[in-house]
Amino acid sequence: MAQGMASKGFGMPGEVPGWVNYALLPLLNLLVALILSGLVILVIGENPVDVLSLMLVEAVGYPEAIGYTLYYATSYIFTGLAVAIAFHCGLFNIGGEGQAYLGGLGAGLVGLAMTGWPWPVVAVAAILVSALFGAAWAWIPGWLQAKRGSHIVITTIMFNFIAASIMTYLLVDVLIKPGQQSPETREFDPGTWLPSMERALGWVGVTIPASPLNLSFLWALACCALFQLFLWRTRWGYEIRTVGQNERAAVYAGISPSRNIILAMLISGALAGFVGVNEILGVQHRILLNFTGGVGFVGIAVALMGRNHPVGIILAALLFGMLAQGGGQVSFEYPNVNRELVMVIQGLVILFAGALENLFKPQVESLFRRRGSRGEGRS
Amino acid sequence: MMKRILTALAVSLAASATPVLAAEEFVPAVVFDQGGKFDKSFNEAAYNGAERFKKETGIAYRDFEVTNASQREQALRNMARRGATVITAVGFAQTAAVDKVSREFPNTKFCLIDDKLELPNVQSVTFKEHEGSFLVGMLAALASKTGKVGFVGGMDIPLIRNFLTGYEQGVKHVKADGEVFSNMTGTTPAAWNDPTRGAELAKSQFGRGADIVFAAAGATGLGVLQAAADAGKLGIGVDSNQNWIHPGKILTSMVKRVDVTVYDCFKTAKDGSWKAGHRLVGLKDDGVGYALDENNRKLITADMEKKVEEAKQQIIAGQLQVKAYQP
Repeated sequence: MAQGMASKGFGMPGEVPGWVNYALLPLLNLLVALILSGLVILVIGENPVDVLSLMLVEAVGYPEAIGYTLYYATSYIFTGLAVAIAFHCGLFNIGGEGQAYLGGLGAGLVGLAMTGWPWPVVAVAAILVSALFGAAWAWIPGWLQAKRGSHIVITTIMFNFIAASIMTYLLVDVLIKPGQQSPETREFDPGTWLPSMERALGWVGVTIPASPLNLSFLWALACCALFQLFLWRTRWGYEIRTVGQNERAAVYAGISPSRNIILAMLISGALAGFVGVNEILGVQHRILLNFTGGVGFVGIAVALMGRNHPVGIILAALLFGMLAQGGGQVSFEYPNVNRELVMVIQGLVILFAGALENLFKPQVESLFRRRGSRGEGRS
Repeated sequence: MMKRILTALAVSLAASATPVLAAEEFVPAVVFDQGGKFDKSFNEAAYNGAERFKKETGIAYRDFEVTNASQREQALRNMARRGATVITAVGFAQTAAVDKVSREFPNTKFCLIDDKLELPNVQSVTFKEHEGSFLVGMLAALASKTGKVGFVGGMDIPLIRNFLTGYEQGVKHVKADGEVFSNMTGTTPAAWNDPTRGAELAKSQFGRGADIVFAAAGATGLGVLQAAADAGKLGIGVDSNQNWIHPGKILTSMVKRVDVTVYDCFKTAKDGSWKAGHRLVGLKDDGVGYALDENNRKLITADMEKKVEEAKQQIIAGQLQVKAYQP
């Protein structure tokens, strides 16, 4: 987007329609990733069309699969938004994993402590506490970046490991339910669980099959709307974006970069912390080791592919949810397609959608510019 | 392409609408945990047991490797729904998932390894790792010239602490003033698959005077054993018999017969003698032990073997108590 504006400023001939950047390029990248995945599948001796179409069916082909896909997407939306808000402030938060882990601790402690309370109260408390824990975990790297210039990429990834160490210690030595091998807490009281979508829709008479999808999906969508309002309709959002676009200009305009860096990281951490509400209060109903399973890192790809815009993030999160659900299921039908190969396919999508997002950009944009300038010439 | 997708869609919808009930067909299944089936250690031992069953009976089995926490339940349920007769869940991390799914499918048999679960259609097996580790600890102390031995664990979890506590007791049983250095590799699942770091930890223990190191760390242990072989020290393998990896440079392996458990689970389910309930297997049941073969024969002297065998008999008879780690 920044480049788009810049190119306008430099007076390039012709206009590039917005949908090229938002829709065409991501789709092109996705297509190339799928073609390459197809070649890999071909090499190991399976029919790529069969495997990829089975993947699609297992991701969105029947209600239960859709439930799983949306459940994965819920966590990806949270971490995608977390990465995106930091991006808007010019920060690269790769600590979503640790912030989500700590957010899960917060949500879990609420679940453990609030036995006997009605679930809406527990849910609100868990949202607040998981946000608090996630934000606190992001605050330290944010503060170090703002006040001491310690690079946020280094500190946030380090904090992932510190979070893992803390959680291992807590679960092995402190919170573990006595007498069991598995480092997990006891199960929360069923009354405090965040209702699954199956249960919630049951109240209004709609029957869907059981899946881990729960009400936190709605909260994820609400967060998307709040994200958009905050970033584009409030002064704080404006300040964050200004710092992200040009820190010196922000200082010149009387905006404090350090204040906004910390604010952006707090929000980022809080959003990542909500993963804990989905995973711990919504699905696992106990605190356990490594429940995050890489959502913080997928969030980076989601934010990149979604162009840091809530709608894009929802779409990208759905795509990665489909990959997670469909990919996992494929190995049931095709023993040759083991989890490593599924990771290759997911990795290719991340590579093309995230890391190589600008691969086709110059060619495609110049194509549209040429067409555009010709059009202008005629008129 | 579109047509194929639609066909596949239609087929799968039809399949999900009418669950396929395999008529009297015996379908065993294994769900591996996050280490993956080729970790050269714990999960691979389960894989070997399933492979043995396949070779002997010619019955193929389904398997799945879990990659995240919520897939455990999903994988077990998928196996059950697709008509698996008996499902082995490898690893304590699957306990909660087995608990839930086994109630949904009361006619499917479940075997859970490494945790205790009592349900009418669940057989759970835990191992007395501390007993086997006690014996390899004794061997380590007997073979050590410095009186200092090392231990490299994977993640710091109760299960690995159980290996450590048995090992320590075994060392002290031989040399009351013997020293045990212990390190854990990490706090994320990557700790099970980090041979480089395992090697570094082993080297640092050698630097402090250890000359034997016990690796209870999955694939990380391969780095530990390599470092020991390179430095002219001795390593001790775990779970599977790993003596062959560096013949003559691995003192012994603490074997945990996960393969036998998986094999037995399938076999008994096949011939109808399968029983639900919990079993705790130790030296007495050959569930754990130390490995002695042509690769390490020269390292274990007759005197060492005699002492260890004595201790083994005493433990089996209950005269020698090895304390387990209590979480």
